[in-house]
Amino acid sequence: MSAGTPVATDPRGPAAPLLQARGLTVRFGRVTALDGLELTAPPGQVLAILGPNGAGKTTFVRAVATLVRPTSGELLVRGRDVVREAASVRRDVGLAGQFAAVEPTMTGRENLEMTARLFGHGRAAARQAAAAVIGQLSLGEVADRRAGTYSGGQRRRLDLGASLVGGPRLLLLDEPTTGLDPVSRREVWDAVRGLAASGTDILLTTHYLDEANELADQVVVIDHGRVIATGTLSELKASIGRDRIDVTVSDVRQAGAVGDILERVTMNPARIDPGSRHVTAAAPGGPAELAAVIGCLEDASIAVDEIGLRRPTLDEVFVTLTGDTDIDRAPAAAGQTKNRRAR
Amino acid sequence: MTATQLTVPQPIRRPVRPPGVSGASGQVALRALRKYFRTPGLWIMGIVQSAMFLFSFRYVFGGAIHAGPTSYVDFLVPSYVATIVLFTGGGIAVAVAEDKVQGFTDRLLSLPVPRYSLVLGRTLADSATNLWSVVTTAAFGFLFGFRLLGSWQEGLAALGLCAVYAVVFTVVFIVMGLFAPNAQAAQGMSLIAFVFAFISSAYVPATSMPGWLQPFSKYQPITPMVDAVRSLLVGSTSDVGLALAWSALLIVMFTPIAVIRYRR
Repeated sequence: MSAGTPVATDPRGPAAPLLQARGLTVRFGRVTALDGLELTAPPGQVLAILGPNGAGKTTFVRAVATLVRPTSGELLVRGRDVVREAASVRRDVGLAGQFAAVEPTMTGRENLEMTARLFGHGRAAARQAAAAVIGQLSLGEVADRRAGTYSGGQRRRLDLGASLVGGPRLLLLDEPTTGLDPVSRREVWDAVRGLAASGTDILLTTHYLDEANELADQVVVIDHGRVIATGTLSELKASIGRDRIDVTVSDVRQAGAVGDILERVTMNPARIDPGSRHVTAAAPGGPAELAAVIGCLEDASIAVDEIGLRRPTLDEVFVTLTGDTDIDRAPAAAGQTKNRRAR
Repeated sequence: MTATQLTVPQPIRRPVRPPGVSGASGQVALRALRKYFRTPGLWIMGIVQSAMFLFSFRYVFGGAIHAGPTSYVDFLVPSYVATIVLFTGGGIAVAVAEDKVQGFTDRLLSLPVPRYSLVLGRTLADSATNLWSVVTTAAFGFLFGFRLLGSWQEGLAALGLCAVYAVVFTVVFIVMGLFAPNAQAAQGMSLIAFVFAFISSAYVPATSMPGWLQPFSKYQPITPMVDAVRSLLVGSTSDVGLALAWSALLIVMFTPIAVIRYRR
């Protein structure tokens, strides 16, 4: 399909997909960052692009923001081609990046008003837009301080605000909480949720699985520059299916023995995380297998702190999808207490 | 999400049209100027550095340099003012490289601004800061004993030519910053300017250099540029045409590079 295909509805209207990528390929010299990516995303949602470092997430966002030209294939944003209609795509899109691109020697308000002017607002409208964003993102107390004095979370929220002053139809957040402490992450998450609730379409990239869990309606998993799965989080989890038995052993030295029991009962490989004393395995048989495992543990007199049946976590979904057995390649796994149980 | 989108209107309006070249360039320039003048390290150090170098040349090395019939202070100050931007311009390259590395340039490029307004805005602002260096340096020149030999109009014409150089080298340093992978590299690259400044007729008569070095000194742009400034001060226009030709050539060469490079 080309951009010129006549459509009965307004190409900017609700009928046009938010994003439409066909065979989208981006190469930097010999490196292929996006490799024939196919994606159609409807409007009205928070879409998370998930993938390991180097999967092509940032390149995809940069292509949507018109910062990277596709080598081949095409990419439409709300029906507009990112190459031929770059100027109008830029008016539709607000970008907030991994680096908080705010001017530290200017106050928050000055930063917002400047960006508003650069979106095309006149002086009065820029002032109005800045004030609205300051209210929306709860930056009132610090708005007239220089951005250089802000905390990490405040600066990231200001950066987010700068992408909003032009009233974008699509907000692009490239790893919006990378490098933030847990409190600041919460601040940014709350802001993003608020924006989503007020009707802004959002595309975010993350390698934090819990972040996708917290924010996204739809998830697209990409690896090696291709989409390997799409769907809602529960669809993704369901497609991986199978509940898992999760055992926390009291004595980590018995983790190996528990792993053997799990493998014998479920006929699936068990994963052992000595650090958190978790042993897990997929359990297609559900409660019956859980009961069998409990019986075996009793027979072997192995004490456990916790045992149960649960849905797979996004970590596990991710590992299954990318076919990557080394979970550390999914950096989100590291240091995320929320997903610690996954391992 | 779809339901809420219908009930809660976007609180922020979308601009009717994207910004024009002047508006966008103005904002880009305003921000660069604010950064410069709100970072005391940048503009105070610029002044201190230019005063210290001038002081050293005038009072430390100057006694050992024989500049022919004119006194050394009268030989030195015009060319020092003409070339000051070669010393202070490194800051421009660093600022441009920082914007690129820290994502500020990406932010600008993601906005619906005319592409060349990025270069234009940057050039306006940095030319202004360079002019500021030129004027403060000229003031130091008078403070350290320089006196006009000709009329004040001739002095003003010479200063005007220095202002032209300030704009020319702004663009050159912007290009350096765009090619540097980071701020440190930009700083290092800007040292190239020192080579051109020192191996010229700016601080010592070119005839005092060894014979193998003299061709470089003679045929590189800085020598005619400083000679033209000296000429204007005594009411002559010798070398002015050549200096302006070099200025035009540098602008014509570097501006398109800057515009194209900024897009990437």
